[in-house]
Amino acid sequence: MEQQKESATLGMWIFLATEILFFGGLFLTYTINRHTYPDIFAECSKSLDLKLGGFNTVVLIASSLTMAMSVWSAQVGKKKLVTLFLALTLLLGCVFLGVKAIEYHAKYVEHHIPGFSFEFEPGSDVATNAHAQLFFSLYFGMTGLHATHMVVGAGLLVWLIKESLKGRFTPEYNTPVENIGLYWHFVDIVWIYLFPLLYLIDRH
Amino acid sequence: MVLTGTTVYAATVDLNQYFPGLNVIVALVIATCKATLVVLFFMHAYYSTKRTQLIIIAGVFWLAIMLFMTLGDYASRPWDTH
Repeated sequence: MEQQKESATLGMWIFLATEILFFGGLFLTYTINRHTYPDIFAECSKSLDLKLGGFNTVVLIASSLTMAMSVWSAQVGKKKLVTLFLALTLLLGCVFLGVKAIEYHAKYVEHHIPGFSFEFEPGSDVATNAHAQLFFSLYFGMTGLHATHMVVGAGLLVWLIKESLKGRFTPEYNTPVENIGLYWHFVDIVWIYLFPLLYLIDRH
Repeated sequence: MVLTGTTVYAATVDLNQYFPGLNVIVALVIATCKATLVVLFFMHAYYSTKRTQLIIIAGVFWLAIMLFMTLGDYASRPWDTH
C-alpha cells in the first residue's frame, strides 16, 4: 500500500513537471516580447485591473489553504471536514473564475480583445495597436489556459465531493484527494507568477 | 501558511514604490518565495520521498535550461536590432 501511494505521488509530480514546461513556454514567449516592446507592454499592463487581480490572488491562495486542510482532514480521518474543505475550495475556485469573467468582460467593452475591432486607445497608430495586440494575445492565452486548468480542477473537485460524501476517503486511502490537491496547488503557483508578471511589473 | 497571504500584501504594496529596474526582480523573488512555500508545505514536498523530490527538482531544472538557453540566444544576437 505504501508503495502504491508513493508511485501515485511520483506519477502526479511527473505530470506536473510536463505542465511546468507547458506554461514555461508561454512565460518565455511573454518575456521575449516584453523585452522587445517594453513601453507598450507597460502601458497594456497598467490597463489591467490591479484590485480584481490582487483579490483573485488572495482568493486562490486561500483555496490552496482549504485544499491543504482537506488533504490533512482525510489523513487524520475526519470525513465531514474533508467534504467541508473540498466544498470551500470549490466555492473559492468559482469566485476566482467569476472575477476573471468580469475582467474579461471589461476588456471586451474596451475593445482590448485581439481581433478586427481591437483598438488600444482611440486613435492609436498601427504599430501601437499591433504590439498591444501581442500583449493582449499573451494575456488571454496565458490567463485563458490557466482558467481552463481551473475549470478542469473544479470538475475534479465536484467528483471528489461526491466521493467524500460516500465516506470513501480514509487515513489509509486518500490518494485522489492528495493528487488532485497537488494539481490544484500547481494551478495556484502558475497564478502566483502570472499575477506579478502581467499586472504588477510596470506599476511604479 | 498565513505567511503566503502576507507576501501577497507585501507584493502589492512594495511594487507601487519606485525601484528603477529592480521591481521585476523584487516581484519575481516574492513570487518564488510564495511558490516555494506552497510546494514545500501545501504540496508536502518537504515530507515526500527522495525520488519525488528529484522529479520536482528535475522539472524546475528543465524549465531553467529552456529559459536560460533561449534568452541567452536572444541576448547574443547583435544583428537583431529592436
